[in-house]
Amino acid sequence: MSVRRHVMSVTVRDQPGVLVRIAALFARRGYNIESLSVAQTHEPGMSRTTFVVTGEDAHVEQMQKQLQKLIDVIKVIDHSEGPYVDRELMLIKVAVRNPDDRVEMRQIAQDFRARIIDVARNALVFEVTGDEAKTDAFIEQMRNFGVLDLIRTGRVALPRTASRNGTSGAAADDRTASRSRVA
Amino acid sequence: MNGAAAVLKALERQGVTTVFGYPGGAIMPIYDALYDSPIQHVLVRHEQAGAHAADAYYRASGRVGVCFATSGPGATNLVTGLATAYMDSSAVVAVTGNVPLSLIGTDAFQEADVTGVTLPVTKHNYLVKDVRDLPRVLAEAFHIARSGRPGPVLVDVPKDVQQAAFEGDFDVEIDLPGYRPTVVGNARQIRRAAEAIEAAERPVLMVGGGAQVAADEVEAFTRLTGIPVITTLMGIGAYPGGAAQSLGMPGMHGTVTANRAVSHCDLIVGAGLRFDDRVTGKLSRFAPNATIVHIDIDPAEISKLVKAHVPVVGDLRDVLPRLTELLGPLELGDWWKQLDAWKASYPERYKTDKPLVSQEVIALLAKETGGDCIVTTEVGQHQMFAARLFPTNRPRTWISSGGLGTMGFGLPAAIGAAFARPGETVVCVAGDGSIQMNIQELATVYKHQLPIVIAITNNGMLGMVRQWQEMFHAQRYSEVYLADSNPDFAKLAEAYGIDGYNVFDRETAARLVPEVLARKKPALINFVVYESEKVFPMVPAGAGVDEMIIGDQEADEAEGVSA
Repeated sequence: MSVRRHVMSVTVRDQPGVLVRIAALFARRGYNIESLSVAQTHEPGMSRTTFVVTGEDAHVEQMQKQLQKLIDVIKVIDHSEGPYVDRELMLIKVAVRNPDDRVEMRQIAQDFRARIIDVARNALVFEVTGDEAKTDAFIEQMRNFGVLDLIRTGRVALPRTASRNGTSGAAADDRTASRSRVA
Repeated sequence: MNGAAAVLKALERQGVTTVFGYPGGAIMPIYDALYDSPIQHVLVRHEQAGAHAADAYYRASGRVGVCFATSGPGATNLVTGLATAYMDSSAVVAVTGNVPLSLIGTDAFQEADVTGVTLPVTKHNYLVKDVRDLPRVLAEAFHIARSGRPGPVLVDVPKDVQQAAFEGDFDVEIDLPGYRPTVVGNARQIRRAAEAIEAAERPVLMVGGGAQVAADEVEAFTRLTGIPVITTLMGIGAYPGGAAQSLGMPGMHGTVTANRAVSHCDLIVGAGLRFDDRVTGKLSRFAPNATIVHIDIDPAEISKLVKAHVPVVGDLRDVLPRLTELLGPLELGDWWKQLDAWKASYPERYKTDKPLVSQEVIALLAKETGGDCIVTTEVGQHQMFAARLFPTNRPRTWISSGGLGTMGFGLPAAIGAAFARPGETVVCVAGDGSIQMNIQELATVYKHQLPIVIAITNNGMLGMVRQWQEMFHAQRYSEVYLADSNPDFAKLAEAYGIDGYNVFDRETAARLVPEVLARKKPALINFVVYESEKVFPMVPAGAGVDEMIIGDQEADEAEGVSA
């Protein structure tokens, strides 16, 4: 039995209460979710939920089957079964105590391709996009200045598309993706 | 036409002829429309009974059971019935009224969040906000309830939606892109199953509630292969309990033979069952040497508890014939020798050296009906005795709350079964505790003069709880004594206009039972039985099925007493 993190996507019909059904299923069967995000997709009437769960493979497989049983659930994907890209968005408010801090924080933000989206005399708000390791690292960097508040969306994910020679998209794509977001 | 009439029209188009229900404020437009409808409405005396009756109506006939209730308390009273149907995979459509849309969410009089409350105990549910959606929603509700793994579906209809003008088409498209049950089994998996079965030396077939739809297919498979058959509580009747190849019920109160077979077999074909904890006992000790072939229509049941080596997802009516085709007679001579030896050493037995006992009452009912009736049960000791001593021989004739274990199920279930299969005698085996949980339904039995014989095995106790207290709680009998305040059941039946009898001895029992059965009219027989009888064999909760307590017989044999 291997215990690992699974990033799962659930495509659902936009019906009243569909999120309640998913949440109730998690609660009822004792599945512990680390993060959850929901939004509409490009297809009208469809939404996608992405969540992260750590568990034994058999346990997660059972969860997948139970989700699939919900009438409004169209598709369940366990991204951990194949290559995928994932991102999360974080907004983080950091205290500014003196002008030197401000300069240093701007430099760190640049290194992380983070954007400053709100500037006040005593604080800056950064927008950071990336994988979890990156957002974690950014928090660590900011800790010394004094983190006042933060919010993370939790992960969203998509499977990679196989390229013509049969291999999936290269790791370099990650950088391109990040850069385009930063721009 | 208004929304209420559209609801009834949609039901009619689904072939509904009978509905069990109870009116109230928020469902009055539907009851008004009922006045002009050909659908027969059976007025139960408590909404819970309506849900149980609808559940049993499905179990007895295979036709979706329908119940009505009003908003708030009416709908919440359905919850136990829906949960019972959900656990036992029974196709029920419940239609509830709700307060008008403008009042939803305002804590209005008799308002409850019914779709919220019933969400975890239904296969699906709907709150209809637009009268134009009614035909589609009801068509989907019936489709979901009866297809795949059957289950209850609730449709909540606000009062103003019932009153709104309806002009529309009933020829609707079902729009369920996320719901496509797998019916046809995978050919490769079926071939693998056949190979595993052929390779086995000591196989058993274990059939559950899912096999109630596939009794013919089960019969063909077992006749060809000669495989021994174990029937779970829910599978009783799907294979004849009296057949030579039957080993009886497995699990907590299963037969010695069935449990020994599970422990010693090298292959189990599980067909239409979910390896419930009452069947498996301690999982790590369950069938330790067996290859598990698991056939079920619900993929989520496969490897949920017992790891399946050969999973086959599909309808038994598709999978079993295809599997049978790949097989021939199996050579099971040695295995049968062993099984027959166990059967001979551990027949059903009980001692009659005391006052009347529950087992002999139930055995008497079995003998006098020949198992040729519908049996419904309440929940408790009498249920286990009936499963062992009164298993029926035809599918859809054994109706008992297995998964949820709902006391109060048996009497309303008898009503549902009687409407589903007119002309059949229905025997409701009950205890003095559980019969009182829906005793008000005697009125419904009387009104429709249903051929239901209610047999109460009355030990003046909550017998199963008493048994556990005796065995596992140091004989501290906490709150199980009923005898000092039970009603006179015969008089109670008479008060409802039903023939009632109190029986204290075996001679009267033997004389009365055939007499009452022959009358084919409502009757209640209260058999006053020995209070301290226990159900044996028993696998204590949490123990392995190989750790059975065999009971009196074992003790007698140790003392050298022959039974």
